[in-house]
Amino acid sequence: MSMLKIIKNGIVDENPTTRLVLGTCPTLAVTTSAVNGLGMGISTMAVLIGSNVVISLLRRFIPDKVRIPAYITVIAAFVTIVQLLLKAYVPSIDKALGIFIPLIVVNCIILARAEAFASKRSVVDSAADGVGMGIGFTVMLIIMGGAREILGNGSIFGIGLYGSAISPALAMILPPGGFLAFGILIGVVNVFSKKKITVIGCDACGAPCQGKDDSREGEK
Amino acid sequence: MIEQIVTSFLAAILIENFVLVRFLGICPFLGVSKKLETAGGMGIAVIFVMAIASAFTWLIQKYILEFFNVEYLQTIVFILVIAALVQFVEMVIKKTSRALYNALGVYLPLITTNCAILAVCIINIQKGFDIINAVLYGTFAGMGFTLALVLFAGIRERMDLFSSIPENLKGFPISLISASLVSLAFLGFQGLIK
Repeated sequence: MSMLKIIKNGIVDENPTTRLVLGTCPTLAVTTSAVNGLGMGISTMAVLIGSNVVISLLRRFIPDKVRIPAYITVIAAFVTIVQLLLKAYVPSIDKALGIFIPLIVVNCIILARAEAFASKRSVVDSAADGVGMGIGFTVMLIIMGGAREILGNGSIFGIGLYGSAISPALAMILPPGGFLAFGILIGVVNVFSKKKITVIGCDACGAPCQGKDDSREGEK
Repeated sequence: MIEQIVTSFLAAILIENFVLVRFLGICPFLGVSKKLETAGGMGIAVIFVMAIASAFTWLIQKYILEFFNVEYLQTIVFILVIAALVQFVEMVIKKTSRALYNALGVYLPLITTNCAILAVCIINIQKGFDIINAVLYGTFAGMGFTLALVLFAGIRERMDLFSSIPENLKGFPISLISASLVSLAFLGFQGLIK
């Protein structure tokens, strides 16, 4: 696969938010405004590219049995770097995203890509996958954040849209609005694509946490 | 003391419900809520691990990270401690109580990547709790998670049986939209305590 194809795969065909349905917590929690969505998207992309490259470089040296703890350590290191950078240079974003910055560690997009892609492919391919998945995630977060900001706060990127003529639907930037916007977003994507998303996050997730509750039940 | 515990109980379960208000642990909330029985089992496992993880991470923060002045390692250390702890708890339960293992065993590996656990540990430190409050908060947060999970599993069981849902909203999207309604109900608890 060429690099462009890998990048396109991350943005369109296997978009982490709307196609793979991974990393739902930050998608719902931080998208109260377009800027927050952008901040979260870029932070996640930075971690994703970094961890993909390092894991791909180390893929011959990490023993199979301890690969998950090894991946988590690499990911946590990059998250700490991003956390410190945000604190130093964009404290406002750091404050808005709050606890969801350290929680990038447990964002299943990153572990899933490490397991499904970076542990098998070359460094260049893995970096391209990180860029593609990162852009795909960021774009969807901006769309979610933008829609919720327009409806719930009457502004976009902090710029007021319709003044005091219409009072915005505050619920959209409160928790219920997050669930609603995400549900409708996936519904809309379903309308335009052949393959419908009906599975829930964990079933589609490539992460090795054995989150497939129903299949595990069948084993008993 | 009692008043403080009751306040923190109400806050963690109803007002700042981990799943429905703070958006933590959404993956298991949507993934394991197809059946009431599984939801209950997962919930109990989460309460258990949250309480233990709160205690361990609190001790590590106070006596190792702060002692050596390396608080910036918090994220790395906490996630590894939680991962090791979950493995350890699984092994101990397997050796000591077969019945408990059969009930909780399948849910334990899932918990490492449950962001609610890491979040509880970090919030404990951020809020400056002492160890008793940290463990209590962990337990209450787990109970809030369980409440949301069980409530939602009940709704989904009925929804799958009785409702006709538009093709494009089937499955995941409609789950989110109904979660939105449950979350709206929880919004009503806002302002219950000052």
